[in-house]
Amino acid sequence: MSGSVLLLALLFLPLLGALVVAFLRSDDRVAKGVALGFSIAELALVIAAWAAYDPAGDRIQLSSSAEWIPQFGVHFAVGVDGIALVMIALIGILVPIVIGGSWNDRLPEERTAAGFYSLILLMQALMVGVFAATDVLLFYVLFEAVLVPMYFLIGRFGGARRQYAAVKFFLYSLLGGLIMLASVIGVYVVSGNQLGSGTFDWETLVATVSTADTSTQIWLFLGFFIAFAIKAPLVPLHTWLPDAGAEAPIGVGVLLVGVLDKIGTYGFLRYCLPMFPDASRELAPLVLVLAVAGVIYGALLAVGQDDMKRFVSYTSVAHFGFIALGVFAFTSQAQAGAVLYMVNHGIATGMLFLVVGMVIARGGSRNISDYGGLAKLTPVLAGMFVVAGLASLALPGTNSFVSEFLVLIGAFPTQPVFTVIAAVGMILAALYVLWVYQRVMQGPLRGNAVLGLAGGPGAAGDPSSEGLAARLASKVPDLSRRELAVLAPLVALVLFLGVYPQPVLDVITPSVDATLTELGVTDPVQEGN
Amino acid sequence: MFQATLGSQDVAQSAVNIPEIDWQAISPVVVVFVAACLSVLVEAFLPRERRWSVQVTLSLLTVVVAGLALGLYVNSDAVVGTGGITVAGQAVPLFSADYPALFLWGTLLALSFGALLLIADRSVDGGAFASPVPPAPGGDPVQYQAPGRQTEVFPLALFALGGMMVFLAANDLLTMFVALEVLSLPLYLMCGLARRRRLISQESAVKYFLLGAFSSAFFLYGLALLYGYAGSVRLVDIAAATAGTDRPETLLYAGFGLLVVGLLFKASIGPFHAWTPDVYQGAPTPVTAFMAACTKVAAFGAILRVLTLAFEASSWEWRGVLWAVAIVSMLIGAVLGLTQTDMKRMIAYSSIAHAGFLLVGAIAMTEDGLSGTMFYLLAYGFTTLAAFGIITLVRDGNGEATHLSQWAGLAKRSPLVAVTFAFLLLALAGIPMTSGFMGKLAVFSAAIADGMAPLVVVALLASAIAAFFYLRVIVLMYFSEPAQDGPTVSVPGAFTTAAITLGVVVTLLLGVLPAFALDWASVGGFVS
Repeated sequence: MSGSVLLLALLFLPLLGALVVAFLRSDDRVAKGVALGFSIAELALVIAAWAAYDPAGDRIQLSSSAEWIPQFGVHFAVGVDGIALVMIALIGILVPIVIGGSWNDRLPEERTAAGFYSLILLMQALMVGVFAATDVLLFYVLFEAVLVPMYFLIGRFGGARRQYAAVKFFLYSLLGGLIMLASVIGVYVVSGNQLGSGTFDWETLVATVSTADTSTQIWLFLGFFIAFAIKAPLVPLHTWLPDAGAEAPIGVGVLLVGVLDKIGTYGFLRYCLPMFPDASRELAPLVLVLAVAGVIYGALLAVGQDDMKRFVSYTSVAHFGFIALGVFAFTSQAQAGAVLYMVNHGIATGMLFLVVGMVIARGGSRNISDYGGLAKLTPVLAGMFVVAGLASLALPGTNSFVSEFLVLIGAFPTQPVFTVIAAVGMILAALYVLWVYQRVMQGPLRGNAVLGLAGGPGAAGDPSSEGLAARLASKVPDLSRRELAVLAPLVALVLFLGVYPQPVLDVITPSVDATLTELGVTDPVQEGN
Repeated sequence: MFQATLGSQDVAQSAVNIPEIDWQAISPVVVVFVAACLSVLVEAFLPRERRWSVQVTLSLLTVVVAGLALGLYVNSDAVVGTGGITVAGQAVPLFSADYPALFLWGTLLALSFGALLLIADRSVDGGAFASPVPPAPGGDPVQYQAPGRQTEVFPLALFALGGMMVFLAANDLLTMFVALEVLSLPLYLMCGLARRRRLISQESAVKYFLLGAFSSAFFLYGLALLYGYAGSVRLVDIAAATAGTDRPETLLYAGFGLLVVGLLFKASIGPFHAWTPDVYQGAPTPVTAFMAACTKVAAFGAILRVLTLAFEASSWEWRGVLWAVAIVSMLIGAVLGLTQTDMKRMIAYSSIAHAGFLLVGAIAMTEDGLSGTMFYLLAYGFTTLAAFGIITLVRDGNGEATHLSQWAGLAKRSPLVAVTFAFLLLALAGIPMTSGFMGKLAVFSAAIADGMAPLVVVALLASAIAAFFYLRVIVLMYFSEPAQDGPTVSVPGAFTTAAITLGVVVTLLLGVLPAFALDWASVGGFVS
C-alpha cells in the first residue's frame, strides 16, 4: 500500500508547494528557494516511486481510488503504468531544472517570483495528475485544468506578444478539450449501454468500449484524437505552438514542449489505442500521413526561422511527427521507441530551449541574425549548444539517437513508405541544427545584438576583431556556475541514455506490449531478430 | 401528508369543488405570498425613514423562513412529493409540490436570497434604486440624485418570487398563466427603477413589458387552442388526449407552438431572446441578477413540466423543432456575445447561450435529463448572480462602468475582485473544477444517452466560441494596462460581499463535490 501513498504524495506535494510559495510574496529569493526545495523533494519522491514500480507486475501500479461523483461513476483514481511513470519522472527532473534555469529571469513589472513559481508548481501537480489519472473524467478535468496555470504563465510572464500567444494557446486547447468532452461522455454512455450503469474507470472502459462497433469507435476516437493532435501538436493543428513557445518565458517553454505537449502523444497511447482498437487500425494511415507531414513540414519551417524560440518550437513539431509515427506503426519496437522518444525529446529539446534562453539572456534578442561568432566569447555556452543540438538531431551516442532509431527500425516492417519519408527528416534535422549553430556561434563577431553590446557598430575604439572581442569579453560572460549546474544534469542524461537506455526501456516495454495486446496487434515476424 | 384524492364522482360533480390543500407541502409559497402582502402594508403605513430597514429584514427573513418550511417538509414524516392543491376528483394536484418543484423552490429561494442581498445593498453610492420622487422642475430628468431611498422593490421582488414558485409547480395551464403574470408584472416594474441612467432603464422596462405582453398573449392563445384540442387545460388531460386520438392535430401543433413560444420567451432562448440584452443592460444590476438567476429557473421549471407531463407522447413530432431552437439559441448567444462591448450585454448573450445548453437537457425527456437540467439551473444561477454582484462594484463617476474597455488592468488595482470575476467567467465557460463544467457534464451526458450526440457536438462548439469572450475579459483584466481615468472598485458592503461569497462558494463547491446536489436533483420526477 505504500506505493499508492507515494503516488498521492507525488500529486499533492507540488500542490502544497504552490500554496506555500503563493504566500511568499514579500521576498523573491525565499520564494524561489522554497519552490526549488519542493521540486527537489518531489524528485526524491519520483526516485522512490521508480524504485517501487515493478516492471513485471500489474498493468497499473501504485494505484488508489476514492469515490468522487457516484451519480456518474466517477472516481478519484490514480495509478501508473510504465509509460506514465517515465513521463512523471521526466516532469520530476525538468521542474527543478526549470526553476534553476529561471532563477535570474527578469519578471515583467509588478509581477512577483512568488506568483511565477507558484504557478510552475501548480502546473507540476496537475501534469502529474494527468499522467497518473486512471479515471477518464479525472483525466479530462486535469487535462483542461492544466490550461489555466499555463495560460497565466504565458500571458503574465511572457514576451511582447504574450497576450495573443496565451489566448491562442488557450482557445486551441479548449476547443480540442471540448470536442474530447463529447467523446468522454460518449464512452460513458457506451459503457452504460453495455453494463447497465456508466463508468469512467479506464480499465473497465478499455474492456467495454473496445467491443463497440467500428463506426461508433471512429466517432469517439476522433473526439479524443483531435484534442490530442492539437496538444501534441500534429500538422495542421500545430500553429499555436510556435507562438506559445516563442512568447513563453524560457522555463515555461521547456515545460510546454518538454512535458505538456507529451500529454497528446501519451493520450494516443493511453486512450485512443486501447479504447478504440478498430478505429485506430482504420484511421492509422490518416494519422501516419499527418505524422510524416509534420516531420518534413516542421523541419522545413525550422530551417527557415530567424526567431530562435520559434526555431525550437518547429523542431518540436518535427519530433512529434516521429513520435506519432512510432505510436501508430503498431510494433512494439516502434512504440517503445516512441515512448523513449517522448522522454528524450523532453531532455534534448528542454536543454536546447535552455541554451537558447541563455544566449538570449546575453544578447537581448531572439533573432538568429542578430548574433554571430559568440563561440569566441562564450566557448562553454557554445559547447552546450553543440551538445543540445546534436542530441536534438539524434547523433549516435546521444539519447535521441536510440529512440529515433527504434522508431524507424520498428516502423519499417509495417510502414516502409512512411518510414523512408520520415528518415529524410533526419537529414533536415542535421541541416537546421548545424546551420543555426554556425550562424550564432561561429565566424567573426557580428550581428546587431552582439555589436550593440560593444557600443554599436560605429562605436569608437579598436575596429579590429581582437579589439572587439576584448571589449565584449567583459560584457558577455560565459556560463555562470548556476547555469552550468542547470545544464550539467541534462548533459549527463543525454550521454547516459544515449549509451545505456536499458533501465528506461525495461520500464516502458511491458506497458507498450500490453497496449499492443489491447489493440489486438502482434509484431510482424522480423528477420535477424 | 398524502391527501387521498381518489374522490368519488359525487364530489366531482357537485357545484363547488373544494380543493384539498396540503398546507405543509405548499407552505414555502404561502410564506412568500403572505410576506409579500405584509410588505405592501409596510410600504403603505410605515414612515419613509423606517421602511428600508423593515423591508430588508422582512424580505430576507421571508426567504429564510420559506426555506426552513421547505426543509421541514422535505425532512418530515409525510409522504413527500405528492402534495399540493388538489381539486377533488382529480388524481393530479392543480399545483403540485413534487420533487422537481421542491428542488427548484429550494434553488429559487437560495438564489433570491442572494439577489435580495444585492438589491438591499446601498453602501455603494447609495444603492441602485431610484426614489419615486420626480425631479424638481428644471432639474436634469435623465440623472438626478433624489433624496430618500426606494423600497417598493422589496414587495415587487417577493411577489415575483411567489409567482415563479407557482409557475414552475403548476399542473394546469390556467394556473400557470396566472402565475406567469404574477411573476412578470413586478419584473417589468423593477426594470425601470434604476437610479442612474434613468432613460435606458425606463426604455428597458417598456421593451420588456411590450414584448412580455406579446409573449403572454402567445401563451394564452396556445392555451386556448390546446383547450380546444383536449377539452381541458390540465397537463395530464392534454397528455391523455395526445395518446392516440383522431382529434384535429392542427390544434395540437398550433397550440403547442404558441404555448412554447411564450415559455421560450421567458427563458430568453433564441430566437425569442431579443429583449434580453436590452433589458439586462438597462435594468438596475441587482434586478438583472434576480432576473438572470431566478426567472431562468422558473421558466425552465415550467418548460420541463409542460414538455414532460403534457407532450411526452408527441415528443418525436416537436423534438426536431426544439433541436433547431436550441442550436439557434446557442449560436446566437455565442456568436453575438463575441461582438459585445458592454459587460452586462455580454453576460446577457452568455445567458442566451446557456439557455440553449439548458434546452438540450430539457428535451432529453429522461430522468437524467430532468435532474441534469435542474442541476445546471442551480449551478448557473449562483454563478451569474455572483458575476452581476461583481459588476455592481466596478464604478466610475457615472455609476457602474460596464464598458469592457473600462475593465482593462483591473487585476492591478483590485486583484481580489479580478480573481473572483475570472473564476466566475471560467465557470460560465465550463472549465473543470467549477460548477459550470459539472452542469454541462450532467446535461450533455443525458443528451448523448438519449441519442442527441450531434446536438451535443454543436453545443460544445458553441461553448468553445463562447469561451473566447469570457477569455477576452480575463485578458483585459490581467494583461492590459489600466486606463488613465479608469473606474474604481468600490469597497463592497456587507450585503454584496455576502451575495458574491455565496455565489462563488457554491460555484466552487458544485464544481468539486457535486454529488450531494446531484442526489437532490435526482430524487424523483414529476407526478402524473
